[in-house]
Amino acid sequence: MNSTVPQDASPAPLDAESEARADAVARGEADEPHSLVVRFGADRPLKLDAGVLLPDLKIAYQTYGELNAARSNAVLLCHALTGDQHAANINPITGKPGWWDTLVGPGKPIDTRRFFVISSNVLGGCMGTTGPSSVNPATGAPYGLAMPVVTIRDMVNAQAMLVDHLGIEKLFCVAGGSMGGMQVLQWAASYPERVFSALPLATGARHSAQNIAFHEVGRQAVMADPDWRGGRYLEEGVMPSRGLAVARMAAHITYMSDQALHRKFGRRLQNRAMPTFGFDADFQVESYLRHQGEAFVQRFDANSYLYVTRAMDYFDLAADYGGVLANAFRGSKTRFCVVSFTSDWLFPTDESRAIVHALNASGASVSFAEIESDKGHDAFLLEEPELFAITQGFLDAAARAVGLPPTKDA
Amino acid sequence: MAISEPVLDEGAVRLTGGRVDLVVVAEMVAPGSRVLDVGSGGGELLDLLATTRQCDARGIELSREGVNAGVARGLAVVQGDADVDLAYYPDDAFDYVILSQTLQATRRPRWVLEQMLRIGRKAIISFPNFGHWRSRLDLLVNGHMPVTENMPIPWYDTPNIHFCTIRDFVELADLVDAKMEKAVALDSSGHRVRFNMPWWVWNLFGEQAVFLLTRKG
Repeated sequence: MNSTVPQDASPAPLDAESEARADAVARGEADEPHSLVVRFGADRPLKLDAGVLLPDLKIAYQTYGELNAARSNAVLLCHALTGDQHAANINPITGKPGWWDTLVGPGKPIDTRRFFVISSNVLGGCMGTTGPSSVNPATGAPYGLAMPVVTIRDMVNAQAMLVDHLGIEKLFCVAGGSMGGMQVLQWAASYPERVFSALPLATGARHSAQNIAFHEVGRQAVMADPDWRGGRYLEEGVMPSRGLAVARMAAHITYMSDQALHRKFGRRLQNRAMPTFGFDADFQVESYLRHQGEAFVQRFDANSYLYVTRAMDYFDLAADYGGVLANAFRGSKTRFCVVSFTSDWLFPTDESRAIVHALNASGASVSFAEIESDKGHDAFLLEEPELFAITQGFLDAAARAVGLPPTKDA
Repeated sequence: MAISEPVLDEGAVRLTGGRVDLVVVAEMVAPGSRVLDVGSGGGELLDLLATTRQCDARGIELSREGVNAGVARGLAVVQGDADVDLAYYPDDAFDYVILSQTLQATRRPRWVLEQMLRIGRKAIISFPNFGHWRSRLDLLVNGHMPVTENMPIPWYDTPNIHFCTIRDFVELADLVDAKMEKAVALDSSGHRVRFNMPWWVWNLFGEQAVFLLTRKG
């Protein structure tokens, strides 16, 4: 997360030129991503929870490190709402380090010298995996709203096809935070025998009413933009950038905490000594949010935002198991490590505790730590030494249990 | 002291940082068992059970520091409150549920003990004996709540809110229908008070006690 305050943060609307450029980049990544891609033919459609078959599934992914001969050292990373497959490499659009560069890499807790790390763009995403900005094979035009609504389970089933494609029967670990954590829990529930260890961070077993409410605000902002055009903006050559930027601004507040906002910005003014008595970005926090919104629309597709937020809203793991979350993990041999952060008000510790209680009730092996941090929900993506120590300790113990040799020093 | 005998395994004592009671607890656990340590601290006992007893050992710990240290050591520890979270474990989930030096810090000792006997087939409890002669002397002669090497924190800061004596505990065990399988008392130098001594000797000379309980019937 970029925490610097831009010196010249303009309001959200983009000029026509940069809008066209953003459009081109976003569509470019959707069609021809800067990463590995696997295509499943029409003969191998993905059966979606919505009750339809999705043909011609395409999954964009990255890998780091090497798969060992026993194929026992694979770690699958699941990204959050607006993440992508570029977990630990320079992002081709933003030019910034990958979203989990803090945790993944040589000598880092998820050590790419030891593990074969897989990171894929989720179903419904916009970075190369099939989503609403992908071309609908039936029409030759972008899906738009013709794309069926997808669920967290659909995302996981698609990832399972990728893991099959890579010839991996059992994953050493599935790890992720927020929406990624939901996928981790879904993996453990859907494919217990394929997950040796699971690392769900800053997440919940269902999306709360408050979180659904925040998502609805974001979707309404997108759909209220006249350039959304009923979801057909790609065909009509426009971008609902203002709506999407507002959605991002609102969402970004929920990823931080009151303390973090206060620490970073307080009530400080942006490049001025006095308030202007107008509606410019007088405050640094306003300028920061506008910048976040503007940067976001350069890399993310508006319809994709509708789809992935919807997938999170629909997530309620217990509901698929008779309303009893423990039933989702009954008999599980997976080793779990659940982590929450004290200042996370999007997925507060109680959400993690509910997961832990269910795992206890199901008899599963579980570690659970609440980490003191003022960085809010985004803490799982940031520099958190305690998170690193816990992740490292958990993975080391799991690696010993599965018989993986210690890290080869480079 | 003539009425006590030394604990044998000195290597194990070192492994626990000098916690003799933990060695006594570990000796009561059958190898290869499933164990839940309630109030697992930094994970010393879990480590001891995993390495010397090959147990599937898990912990609950209230303090964030203790939990994070334990998980970073690769132990299965969850942050939680024994007074609340024991309710979420199913019946007979473990072979042993252990409460070492924690009973006196719980808000509901009786409830905790009942939960332990529900979750585990056996329960092991170690606690500081408030009936030890030095505690009695402190109160009698000095008129102060006792502060000893094992209980170094003064009354206004101590997390220990439910002190009891060995005799009190035996009564509680009876009240919750627990059967006493084994009992060990340790004197102030960490030696075992000989088992053939009468209860009043234990209650006077045992600074700590360790009990192995099962459900009656």
